[in-house]
Amino acid sequence: MFNASLKQLSIQLAEKKISSTELTTEFLQRIKQFNPEYNAFITVNEEISLAQAKVADKMLATGQAGPLTGIPIAQKDIFCARGWLTTCGSKMLSNFVSPYDAGVIERFNQAGAINIGKTNMDEFAMGSSNETSYFGIVKNPWDIAAVPGGSSGGAACAVAARLAPAATGTDTGGSIRQPAALCGISGIKPTYGLVSRYGMIAFASSLDQGGPMAKSAEDLALLLNVMIGFDPRDSTSLQRDAEDCAQDLQKPLAGLRIGLPKEYFAEGMSQDVASAIEKALVEYRRLGAQTIEVSLPNAPLSIPVYYVLAPAEASSNLSRFDGVRYGYRAPAYSDLADMYRKTRTQGFGAEVKRRILIGTYVLSHGYYDAYYIKAQKLRRLIAQDFTEAYKRCDIIMGPTTPTVAFNLGEKSGDPIQMYLSDIYTSAANLTGMPAMSIPIGFGDKNRPIGLHIMGNYFKEAQMLNIAHQYQLVTDWHLKSPV
Amino acid sequence: MTLSVSDVKRIADLAYIEINDNEAKETLNQLSGIFDLIGTMQAVDTSTVEPMSHAQSVVQRLREDEVTEADQHGLYQSIAPQVEANLYLVPQVIE
Amino acid sequence: MQWEIVIGLEVHAQLSTQSKIFSGASTAYGAPPNTQACVIDLALPGVLPVLNKGAVERAIKFGLSVGAKINSPSIFARKNYFYPDLPKGYQISQFELPVVQGGNIQIQADGEEKNIRLTRAHLEEDAGKSLHEDFHGMSGIDLNRAGTPLLEIVSEPDIRSSAEAVVYAKTLHALVRWIGICDGNMQEGSFRCDANVSVRPHGTEKLGTRCEIKNLNSFRFLEKAIDYEARRQIEILEDGGTIRQETRLYDASKDETRTMRTKEDANDYRYFPDPDLLPLEISANWIDQVQSALPELPQARRDRYMSEFALSAYDTSVLTSSRETADYFESTIKQLPAQAKLCANWIMGEISGQLNKEGLEITACPITPSQLATLLERISDGTISGKAAKTVFESMWNGELEKNVDAIIAAKGLKQISDDSAIEKLVEQVLTANEQQVADYRNGKEKAFNSLVGQIMKATQGKANPAQVNTILKKKLEG
Repeated sequence: MFNASLKQLSIQLAEKKISSTELTTEFLQRIKQFNPEYNAFITVNEEISLAQAKVADKMLATGQAGPLTGIPIAQKDIFCARGWLTTCGSKMLSNFVSPYDAGVIERFNQAGAINIGKTNMDEFAMGSSNETSYFGIVKNPWDIAAVPGGSSGGAACAVAARLAPAATGTDTGGSIRQPAALCGISGIKPTYGLVSRYGMIAFASSLDQGGPMAKSAEDLALLLNVMIGFDPRDSTSLQRDAEDCAQDLQKPLAGLRIGLPKEYFAEGMSQDVASAIEKALVEYRRLGAQTIEVSLPNAPLSIPVYYVLAPAEASSNLSRFDGVRYGYRAPAYSDLADMYRKTRTQGFGAEVKRRILIGTYVLSHGYYDAYYIKAQKLRRLIAQDFTEAYKRCDIIMGPTTPTVAFNLGEKSGDPIQMYLSDIYTSAANLTGMPAMSIPIGFGDKNRPIGLHIMGNYFKEAQMLNIAHQYQLVTDWHLKSPV
Repeated sequence: MTLSVSDVKRIADLAYIEINDNEAKETLNQLSGIFDLIGTMQAVDTSTVEPMSHAQSVVQRLREDEVTEADQHGLYQSIAPQVEANLYLVPQVIE
Repeated sequence: MQWEIVIGLEVHAQLSTQSKIFSGASTAYGAPPNTQACVIDLALPGVLPVLNKGAVERAIKFGLSVGAKINSPSIFARKNYFYPDLPKGYQISQFELPVVQGGNIQIQADGEEKNIRLTRAHLEEDAGKSLHEDFHGMSGIDLNRAGTPLLEIVSEPDIRSSAEAVVYAKTLHALVRWIGICDGNMQEGSFRCDANVSVRPHGTEKLGTRCEIKNLNSFRFLEKAIDYEARRQIEILEDGGTIRQETRLYDASKDETRTMRTKEDANDYRYFPDPDLLPLEISANWIDQVQSALPELPQARRDRYMSEFALSAYDTSVLTSSRETADYFESTIKQLPAQAKLCANWIMGEISGQLNKEGLEITACPITPSQLATLLERISDGTISGKAAKTVFESMWNGELEKNVDAIIAAKGLKQISDDSAIEKLVEQVLTANEQQVADYRNGKEKAFNSLVGQIMKATQGKANPAQVNTILKKKLEG
């Protein structure tokens, strides 16, 4: 049951072979059993989950069910969910029970999905290994000595370890795709503006985008169909006609032009990753696609640009955490300024504070033009590179990460090495274009490898088609560590 | 661009983050490395490029001027660190 | 040395929207603390701003009424600083590309027209309030006001005295009320002034170091604070000192300004475009719509009153001090087109005096323009004297006889005696009874004439038409 696809679960629920209550109970049971080891979840609330399952069963019984009705979904703890502890992986919000629902949570609720629990994550989504969480590290279920990736590490772990059929994540620089790759699952960051950011705790507002994480592209399509949609409460939410992300899944790939950016294949990629990518490309050629070399001359600057823009926005976004209206407040202080300082110094972890300092600096008087404006200009050049490339190809492929999952603790003392884990992923956040990762095999120490599939704006359906066709002829996405 | 300990202390102060001398030195080391990485941006000539703030070139949508929110201060204040007489309490504000 | 005072004003006008600039919470004044602070105003994690169309429309209205450029696009930026009444730790404001750029305000200073240039006007959100009552050594924060839309209107340093500053502020105050974008209630903080003050030797060009005075919540405080501050700066300079650029607070109880923060500890606000908000575009079509819905502006009305009714610059500026006053004047004059000056005098005199005395706005005036016009008609057609009219006015104000002018005149017997033969008869009686004064007058004692008029008026209890009495008396004495 826990290996079933969303489509299979949906059919079983519809055919009354299983009830949502049974399904939910089973996953709650798995979480109870395995979470102590993996630490994928920060909060589980059986009472709420089972109450939702009951409602879902009623919907199923009365024929009001949709494709996700009754199916448990693990929610990243960055999404505010009314009545749920919503921590964002931080001590700062370790006592924050949200009084409201995020747009994404509302959409899942309306679809009749079950919130099976809130998943662990790097603190305020700042990290690539899930080691910055106040609630402890998450283990990679393929190898508990390895990191699961981050920041949506709990979500990736939960799906890979079959603690949930699917999960939500958020992606600011690779936070869906990188952990998906390292945990051997599928994940997609949609075009910026398609998934509501309302109630999704902001890290870097102009880069953050929510998206689904699941076993297969087909599952992702079902999840995206629920997650995508205009939300008037988010000024950056796009008003577009509804599109069925699953509409193109079955299209053959003959004639598909796959662009391979020479900058991504130049250096830095480890041998095991390179050969897995090559094998995947062989598979795609077999499916009728052709590969061509393209160039993204400014893409190698994505990391420096990202590490100006994301911390700048974050430094401001995180100013609201001051111990006045909610969340953590330091127990002892001498005056107002001291209360702010102590609260923020104690409430934020080291990586968050580091990024706040970087962001404060690049926005400060005298440095704004040299850093912030410069980075925004390069952001445009990077976006133009992609636009140019998409004149010559339909899709861009490459590795999601330069290596397989590294060991816990391996990079936690070296922020720059950690930041470079997002070397291939952060460009899609800067451009706002969609990008996904699918499992394509195993490398060193039998740890998973992900293929990065990047598309032009609004090409989600096509990307899912490309991923799905691969998954029809391979079984990497069916492999499970359990 | 070289960062100094006093820069680190100044930005920590702006951000309301406490940092002692030792921490400032350690932070300086880390930030210097990061700023070296960031500094690679300067190699590209961007003099004719417009800054890009948003992924999409769309314009601000406007809300109708209507009151849509009801009073829920009880719910909102149930999660506040310190409240009295409907007010959020903070250490004395001196103007 | 002769010193010149140089002043620029920053005025924060709260815009009269129903809901806040970025949330759907109410902006109504006076609600219990924090009952109008929604998740967005409280800056809960994950919430996002969406711009209120009504606030933008009011900014456009203002821009058009001062002849400014409406920027499109304009950009919202974050001004980062920590304060307990600022829930997000930043204020959403505009920095580069404000919605309104430039513009001019004409003021009447010392009987002369003067132009004050505007730098800009931008949209931003108000902060909450810190209540300083002592909660066991703590302060209370009320966020009802947080997110109320403000238009910050910044002038060039074109103002040269505290009196001019007051006139400018009053003109601006009248304008924002006139075009209906701000209720102008200064007690409730709807219209707040900060003044940038510097001094320089007369005849020199270079601006002196300025100090910004905050917290000027009345025109009187504005005037006194500027006076104090200019004096302070002149004293320092005359003693050979230098002015430190700083922000100062006006303390009304001591009538002085004092340092709030110096330039050195001024915040580095780290402005940057708010990534949660997109560029605000204002279409030409929208601007046209707002333009066509704008009322006739005070300046235009002033010009029209001068040319159409031959009123003085002073009269017209008083009459256009508020749209309500001007509308009252226009309704009155509609019934009495030939008597503009009479209408103006009564509105500026009796009406405004009585309203002031009772602390009423003209919209609450118990006498309608049409009732006033009827009263003034009775003066101009000779039915009653100006003096009697004041008695009638008083009765009307007090609601007697349903404010019916003619009924009050009749009931009080105030009708003038305007019948020539009746007056002649009276004059003759008085002349017969006062032979000595008649003789005095004829011997050249002009004063005797007035005394005789007084006798006649007394005999009629003031009801005789004084003009007629004069003519007839003169004729009799000289005939």
